[in-house]
Amino acid sequence: MSGFRKSIQASIPALRRYARSLTRDAEIADDLVQDTLVRALRSEHLFEGEETRSWLYTILTNLNRNRLRTLARRPTLAPLGDNDAADMAGPESGSRDIERALASLVPEQRAVLLLVVLEGLSYREIAEVQGVPIGTVMSRLARARAQIKSFLDGERPALRRIK
Amino acid sequence: MNDRSPITEDELHAYIDGELPADRIAALEAWLASHPEDMAKIAAWRAQIDAIRARYGAVAEEPVPPRFDLEQLAFPDRSWKRIAAAAVVAAFVFGSAGGWFAHSGFDHMTGVSPNGFEAFTSDAVEAYRLYVVEVRHPVEVPAADAEHLVQWLSKRVGYQLSAPDLEKVGLKLVGGRLLPGPTGAAAFFMYENASGERYTLYSGRSNTPATALRYADNGPAKAVYWVNNDIAYVISGQGDRNAVHNVAVAAYDQLEKLPQKSGG
Repeated sequence: MSGFRKSIQASIPALRRYARSLTRDAEIADDLVQDTLVRALRSEHLFEGEETRSWLYTILTNLNRNRLRTLARRPTLAPLGDNDAADMAGPESGSRDIERALASLVPEQRAVLLLVVLEGLSYREIAEVQGVPIGTVMSRLARARAQIKSFLDGERPALRRIK
Repeated sequence: MNDRSPITEDELHAYIDGELPADRIAALEAWLASHPEDMAKIAAWRAQIDAIRARYGAVAEEPVPPRFDLEQLAFPDRSWKRIAAAAVVAAFVFGSAGGWFAHSGFDHMTGVSPNGFEAFTSDAVEAYRLYVVEVRHPVEVPAADAEHLVQWLSKRVGYQLSAPDLEKVGLKLVGGRLLPGPTGAAAFFMYENASGERYTLYSGRSNTPATALRYADNGPAKAVYWVNNDIAYVISGQGDRNAVHNVAVAAYDQLEKLPQKSGG
């Protein structure tokens, strides 16, 4: 296997993790990863960089943006504010909270936060992935963190234990 | 850097993300000792990080499913469905991934809730970029079958199309294909001049009001867009602005003479 293929192979687990967190849907996430890999393999001859990692994240991020753009054309809204009691209770409730908090972010902010905290990309790498100046990455990150905090703070009264 | 300068919020983020320059760490930690509100922010952000990692970190530990076998993905079997699916994927991604190489500004469009203009021009330019480089299979139906092509595409988009005659601006019809568009099926015609430069006409139903010709500059690719009778048209090309404009005017003149039926 070529060095190029090996480096792509090695990125698959992390790409699946990023896609899962980005879409919050295992099916859609793996479809995105597969499309990303196909796209990368077809561009093997165009690839001149030294490392494939940021490049793969870039492809996946763009594919996801296109997916959202297609979805945005159809007036279907994800049930963000569902109050399913089964979802709110039990040991899973903490992870449901963070899922819903992430879902409340605009896609660019969500991507920045996940690339930083989950994928460990540097601010500079993320600026390249998103094709924006580093200052924009910083402001997206700051907004993402502020929004998640206020989302979780707002959720908490419903879940607060009575002392 | 002056150690005594106040700590900014950006530095708080850089600190927890391991991006703060080493010579600012001591100053920041001293600052936190006397700024409990910043300390609380950091604690909240760290809790978010822990929650995100706890929720999704394990995905990367899962065994990689066989569908991600790279040999298989690189040489898929030649069945119809897979080629069609790959073409659709490529059509969607090409503009953006192409930007990685070309450093065009096009992939910076956010596009999450696009207006008709953005949706149509971005899809049209993506299709243009994808197929204009195609040597062997630029079109599904060649110009030799133009009559069949126009009938077929008209049926699929749901209104009467025509492939305008652009000989007076030096362009010959190469052929056309059916593509997914912002509002459903879209028709795509490709033209070529004597020196091999290609222009494309992309058309689909639109729910936006009629517009005059509007110009979009997406890096090397230029596009002219208009809407009439709920039908959007985009002419894309790579020449200078005037060249693309002239092609658009020639196409516009013919298309807007068509008897339009909005019922489809």
